[in-house]
Amino acid sequence: MAAITMEHLVKKYDDGFPAVNDISIDIADGEFLILVGPSGCGKSTLLRMVVGLEDITSGDLKINGERVNDRQPRDRNLSMVFQNYALYPHLSVYENIAFPLRLAKGQFSNDEIDRKVREAAETLDLNEHLERKPANLSGGQRQRVAMGRAIVRDADAFLFDEPLSNLDAKLRGQMRTEIAQLQRRMGITSLYVTHDQTEAMTLGDRVAVLKRGQLQQIASPRELYEQPVNLFVAGFIGAPSMNFIPARISGGVFQTPIGDIEVPERVQAKLSGAPELVLLGLRPEHFEDAKFVDEAKVGHGTMFDAEFTHTEWLGNQQYGYIQYEQDQTVQHKLNELAQELDADEMPAQVIVSLDASSRIRGGSTAKIWLDSRRMHVFNPETGENLTRDAEAGAELTREANEERKSEIERARQRDASRGGQNAHAGAGTATAGVAVHRGGDAVTGRESTGQGGSTAL
Amino acid sequence: MSSTVDSRARAAAPEKGRSKTHLSDRARSERKLGWLLAGPAFVIMLLVTLYPIVQALWDSLFSFRLTAPGDKEFVFLGNYATVFSDPVFWQDLGVTMLITVVTVLVELVLGLALALVMHSAIKATRGLLRTAILVPYGIITVVSAFAWFYAFDITTGYVNNWLSWLPVIGPDFNWFASAGPSLTVIMASEIWKTTPFISLLLLSGLAQVPGELTEAARVDGASSWQRLTRVVLPNMKAAIMVAVVFRALDAFRIFDNIFIMTQGQYGTETLSLLAYRTSIGRLEIGLGSAISVILFICVMIIALVAIKVFKVDLTGGSGKGK
Amino acid sequence: MLSTKQKIGWTVISVLVLVYALFPVLSILMTSFKAPSDLTSGKFLPSKFVGENYEQIFVGDAKDLFLPALRNSIGISLIATFIAVVLATLCAYAIARLDFPGKKLVLTTALMVSMFPVISIVTPLFNLWRQIGLYDTWLGLIIPYLSLTLPISIWTLTAFFQQIPWDLERAAQVDGATTWQAFRKVIVPLAMPGVFTTAIIAFFIAWNDFVYGIGLTSTSAARPVPAALAFFTGASQFEDPAGAISAAAIIVTIPVVLLVLAFQRQIVSGLTQGAVKG
Repeated sequence: MAAITMEHLVKKYDDGFPAVNDISIDIADGEFLILVGPSGCGKSTLLRMVVGLEDITSGDLKINGERVNDRQPRDRNLSMVFQNYALYPHLSVYENIAFPLRLAKGQFSNDEIDRKVREAAETLDLNEHLERKPANLSGGQRQRVAMGRAIVRDADAFLFDEPLSNLDAKLRGQMRTEIAQLQRRMGITSLYVTHDQTEAMTLGDRVAVLKRGQLQQIASPRELYEQPVNLFVAGFIGAPSMNFIPARISGGVFQTPIGDIEVPERVQAKLSGAPELVLLGLRPEHFEDAKFVDEAKVGHGTMFDAEFTHTEWLGNQQYGYIQYEQDQTVQHKLNELAQELDADEMPAQVIVSLDASSRIRGGSTAKIWLDSRRMHVFNPETGENLTRDAEAGAELTREANEERKSEIERARQRDASRGGQNAHAGAGTATAGVAVHRGGDAVTGRESTGQGGSTAL
Repeated sequence: MSSTVDSRARAAAPEKGRSKTHLSDRARSERKLGWLLAGPAFVIMLLVTLYPIVQALWDSLFSFRLTAPGDKEFVFLGNYATVFSDPVFWQDLGVTMLITVVTVLVELVLGLALALVMHSAIKATRGLLRTAILVPYGIITVVSAFAWFYAFDITTGYVNNWLSWLPVIGPDFNWFASAGPSLTVIMASEIWKTTPFISLLLLSGLAQVPGELTEAARVDGASSWQRLTRVVLPNMKAAIMVAVVFRALDAFRIFDNIFIMTQGQYGTETLSLLAYRTSIGRLEIGLGSAISVILFICVMIIALVAIKVFKVDLTGGSGKGK
Repeated sequence: MLSTKQKIGWTVISVLVLVYALFPVLSILMTSFKAPSDLTSGKFLPSKFVGENYEQIFVGDAKDLFLPALRNSIGISLIATFIAVVLATLCAYAIARLDFPGKKLVLTTALMVSMFPVISIVTPLFNLWRQIGLYDTWLGLIIPYLSLTLPISIWTLTAFFQQIPWDLERAAQVDGATTWQAFRKVIVPLAMPGVFTTAIIAFFIAWNDFVYGIGLTSTSAARPVPAALAFFTGASQFEDPAGAISAAAIIVTIPVVLLVLAFQRQIVSGLTQGAVKG
């Protein structure tokens, strides 16, 4: 159990390139924090600085308030799951999991090691594979062994370096759920690096978005999505990503290449000091086929005609594509943004979400509606979000925080009661395996794992 | 394991049968071309080794001296009996094994140290170290023998002056007058010359251990020594075994260094020298052939033990998938 | 970034390795510059650098021993290397590229031959060569040298050839090249580095031979340098040949050092591929 504090962390390589540039993050005890960003943004480097595999050029790294900059990885008591799992190929699954315990000579008796390994194996459903070598395991099983090695040693925090990137899509979803549940149950501080935004949005209590070694925004997934601080975060979070459309303000109206949009009241107040030309940030779901909009809502938005180049029907939803003439003054800015987001270029098109039953098709002109209340306005030069409501954002993150706490609480209670039932029934290794407990909490759960283990053998 | 092998064998069997009967013209011409190209090398290898060893086997059954070619007489295993009852043979065998064990062990440790140095060296240094290390590899063994001999020799040497602070060694200490000191210098020369080869083999084994493993071990709490012994070495076992087998077979045939430094005197004679002295020195072809055959059998036993008992796959991945 | 401590550490380690690798070479180099009277000085450095020993082996009394030996060594090693590399190239090409039964047999045979105790071959050859007149001739050494150079060449080249992307040959044919053009313009450039490296390694091995050299020759007609060194005598019966031997040793070491300096990367990859990955 630990809180991790990064204070102005900097990593400079020999050539002077700052891979990590002045990053300060507080990770609370039990929190699940995600580091996300396009490749080369320094997220993995930052993780490796925390675990001690990279030296810290300047700044302080504290675990539970203690400065650990100069400590060896072995003295930081963190555990890490590597991208390729880093399983020791010469050791069986059992010995892989036992490895960290065996290294601490004299600290654990063989019985203790055996008990801990079997507990971890139980939790991860690895009982049947303990004697096998890693080479004979499937991707998902290897992933679990790596997790087992991490949980067996009561580390202060878990670090994950893109742990799911080598799995196929289906397994990735399953392992994502398993990791989330495990973390909730154990309530252990976790730091997770990924470039996959689904993982970022679903796993994290908070997500830190990095760009070129610099922290852009750190907030709950909802705050990132609804109240991004700048163009980069707005463009990075969400798929399909947010549309950026150049607009000129003229007499209460945004003149855009796809049509005139009334400036909503909420936005009006924030436009003082805005440049003449701005970028509107409109998410695909802010649009709708005008035919499918409630009468009551119509008044809150803007209607306009658009010519669709093509549409994509995905069963449960539909996307329409509208092309427009790009404003040359913002073209370079948008291309720059595209590069930062790992894309080649930003096409001059708007993606709109349509009802799945909409009959709009490519080549046709149709009336669409925009919920302009939800739009964001960005300063194209600085990238700053002019319409961000910091208070509302903070509120979202605070809510998420509370939800997490009650979720952990509920998970514990559920485990405790389920554990009791299983102990009574004396069977069901899979469900008993759910109960991982640390320290003294939920004694019944621990007993049940013990029993479950013995029945499995 | 066995079941998978069985099923694979079963699966392969009908295919093989079919390929024999319905060999396409293309496949047949490929086989022909294959042997046409590989054949000459194969035949020459057999001629230059198989023929001599069969001839040696035959010669070893006769009492036959070149100085008296008329007295050639079939003695069956008589020569072997002579060899095995001669204490010189047993002493030479002992010396050979001593040299093999000591040099291989020292080279393994030294070679591993060098490999680790090269592995963790920064780029600029690595090239320099690798070039330096290749110098002993390329130098003629006889030259190495002379270099070490002249450095230690009582008349031309300077080592005695350098080591005069040691209790036994003074300016009059003769390294090449008894077995212990001579063997020390002989082995030093042998080790110096062949460690680079072993360290390059180990270096390539080292490079195949994923860096992530040692990083994971660091996080798991392993000290640098534990990382080496528990993670790195077990994962390069194959490379270590290959290096040991190659070097052991090589060391067992040691000849050049001893011939130059002591000619096998003062109890430094090995089996190779004994065979040479008997057949080419004393022209006793029968007896010499018997020793050659015994030496050959010893080498084969070492190789077989390595392959069967220690499961060293000397053929490596070359045949893989083929 | 390297700390000062690490820099000092690496410098010390590098110096140690350099001393290890070069000291015996320097030692014999120094001996080669010592005057005959200086040989017993008991010091590492000569008290005065003299070229007398080199004079002796090139133009002096020892020239009849050294120069023919040098010629023999160069000639025999080059021919043995050439034959081995040509045969091994064909053989390795077949193993890497064609499907024929007995591939494994060829490779295993090569491995066994390379383990063969040389001395077991010398004795019967000594006898046979005397009967058929190959004793003390170049051919009489070239043939057994193949037992040294051929196996390692086959192994190294097979390893090299198995890494060549042979699909390129077909791609070139699709692009309009004839079979011969595809081979010449695509495969040969890819294969040459491997062949060349193999040649260097095979040459080192032939150049290093001693047992065949002393066992199968008796005069300067075919005796190579390593064997000749063992028979060197001083300028007079009573003079120590150490100086002349050292000078000769340095002369035969120079080409090796130059080759190593020029091709260290290729040699390393050739050595390790042949032995470890096969």
